[in-house]
Amino acid sequence: MSRDFAPSVLTANDLFEGDVVYFTATGDWSRQHTDALLFTNQQEAAEALAAAQAQPERFVGPYLALAHSGPNGPEPVHFREAFRARGPSNYRHGKQPMGMC
Amino acid sequence: MYTYSEFDHDFLKTRNAQFRAQVERRISGALTEDEFKPLRLMNGLYLQLHAYMLRVAIPYGTLNSAQMRQLADISERWDKGYGHFTTRQNIQFNWPRLRDVPDMLDALAEVGMHAIQTSGNCVRNVTADHFAGASADEIADPRPVAELLRQWSTDHPEFQFLPRKFKIAITGSPNDRAVTRAHDIGLRMVRQGNAQGFEVIVGGGLGRTPVIGKVISDFVPEQDLLPYIEAILSTYNSFGRRDNKYKARIKIMVNELGLDEVRARVDRRFATLRDEWSGADRAILRDLRESFAPPAFRTAPTEGYDVAYRHDPVFRSFADTNLAAHRHLDYAIVTISLKAHGATPGDATAEQMRLMADLAAQYGHDELRISHEQNVILPHVHKSDLPHLHAALQSAGLATANIGLISDIIACPGMDYCALATARSIPVAQEIAQAFRARELDIGAMKIKISGCINACGHHHVGHIGILGLDRAGVENYQITLGGDGTETAALGERAGPGFAYDQIVPAIDRLICAYLDLRVDAQESFIAAFRRLGPKPFKDALYQTGGRADAA
Repeated sequence: MSRDFAPSVLTANDLFEGDVVYFTATGDWSRQHTDALLFTNQQEAAEALAAAQAQPERFVGPYLALAHSGPNGPEPVHFREAFRARGPSNYRHGKQPMGMC
Repeated sequence: MYTYSEFDHDFLKTRNAQFRAQVERRISGALTEDEFKPLRLMNGLYLQLHAYMLRVAIPYGTLNSAQMRQLADISERWDKGYGHFTTRQNIQFNWPRLRDVPDMLDALAEVGMHAIQTSGNCVRNVTADHFAGASADEIADPRPVAELLRQWSTDHPEFQFLPRKFKIAITGSPNDRAVTRAHDIGLRMVRQGNAQGFEVIVGGGLGRTPVIGKVISDFVPEQDLLPYIEAILSTYNSFGRRDNKYKARIKIMVNELGLDEVRARVDRRFATLRDEWSGADRAILRDLRESFAPPAFRTAPTEGYDVAYRHDPVFRSFADTNLAAHRHLDYAIVTISLKAHGATPGDATAEQMRLMADLAAQYGHDELRISHEQNVILPHVHKSDLPHLHAALQSAGLATANIGLISDIIACPGMDYCALATARSIPVAQEIAQAFRARELDIGAMKIKISGCINACGHHHVGHIGILGLDRAGVENYQITLGGDGTETAALGERAGPGFAYDQIVPAIDRLICAYLDLRVDAQESFIAAFRRLGPKPFKDALYQTGGRADAA
């Protein structure tokens, strides 16, 4: 693990839906934060980011977002990323599981 | 109201076809996001936190029932069955898919609507007093001038790449319901003798550098208005800074040059421009006046209203808060609250939009308005129809009697939707509305305005109580401003002190309200009046539990 690199996930918005997506360990993209690959190596993260940036026909604005590991997979560090992962708090129009809004 | 000419329809058709091709080129990969972004923004399409967002202009806040029905249909067909009315008299759809947006724009064009210039560094949707053409206190309907400005500014080749966005608001009334002093240009209709004209205010704005606009001319005759506004835009376009987006608004130019120098430059430019205008604008304005001629008001008894007012306390409560004086004594202006306690300010479902459209067609001379305070107005309702109208509104959850009260809150979408936001706004508004529901009639007139970042879409600077949500070290934090005013006595609120955590904001507002109830002379003295009489100290003491007033109430 790089000394100055904090664990992060690779995220973007899907070009067609605008929906938030995450890069996974299998090299696919998921709509769930918990499916995301938690990068701990800066070089690997940078390479994955560059690969996503090279696919403008699929993604908009890919970037690395701080995360930490949780019981069900990576969890966001910042509340903005938590809202991106979950959806708006006024309607269950995002990715909120039942009972969580 | 204005109906599109063949020219307007052709223009939109061409423009929408261009955008459809641009979307296709983006999807095919022929356009990068950097290339596509300015094109989509020029057509009102944003990419927000969770999805795209399409912002549709409602020019000067005026709609007919067919347009409102179309908005409902669009929300159901291509979105999630609702729309969000904004503080700039627009409607936003929060969940469109990129491929569907060209179809949405075509559907809008069918009813003479579009999303052009709802973003970007151009003249934005011209906003107006939402009671225009109806209010008892009005000199004249300002909407013919607003429509003239819309036509002039739409796709104006000289003003498509201004240093920054440019917002114009207009009112025909001495009571300013259009927040004219917080716009790049504010226009207030005035009379000098028999001549009608405008006081022109320049350089107002909220955002990170809030400024109350300054009067650049106390009277511009109506026939000179368009060349005069063009002279202001032209001066700004030449001088305004493009090196720093935070210093690019006209308010910064006015601050740097000084009002007198700006006035001198505008006057010089105006002297040239005035002669270049051959009077076409005046001819168009004459025609537009006919488009905005008042409806044929009905003469009918109003006893039904009087009886309902006397005997139905729920109707009486609605009438007391949600009606405003109409220029015709037998009519009323009805404000339909989109602020049901606990609901999202400014949101209406497709069913609600359709009902409001039906009611406008049946009782309201086919007109609706959207206010910058995120409510819907039926500007012309005969008093005898009000009990029926009220009953219909009740059936759809639209009869909340809270206009101008503490739960009638302006709130931007905040971090629940907006990519620029630094904190949430909507849940704060929802919680305040619910917390004070039982006391709101006693609290009386109160304007709480909430923004989720310093860009101030929620107008917090001009709220009696303003709330600004910020990110403080990775935690939502809310600053309170006190004493703001968006009317003809415009004032910027002053920051009370350190901010409050998300779960402390409602208790903080509660302390302020308790202090006000304790300090007011009587129930007639509003919060803002008490604040002006007493100054901020007792309110700050209550807020921060200092000064020996640990429990102000």
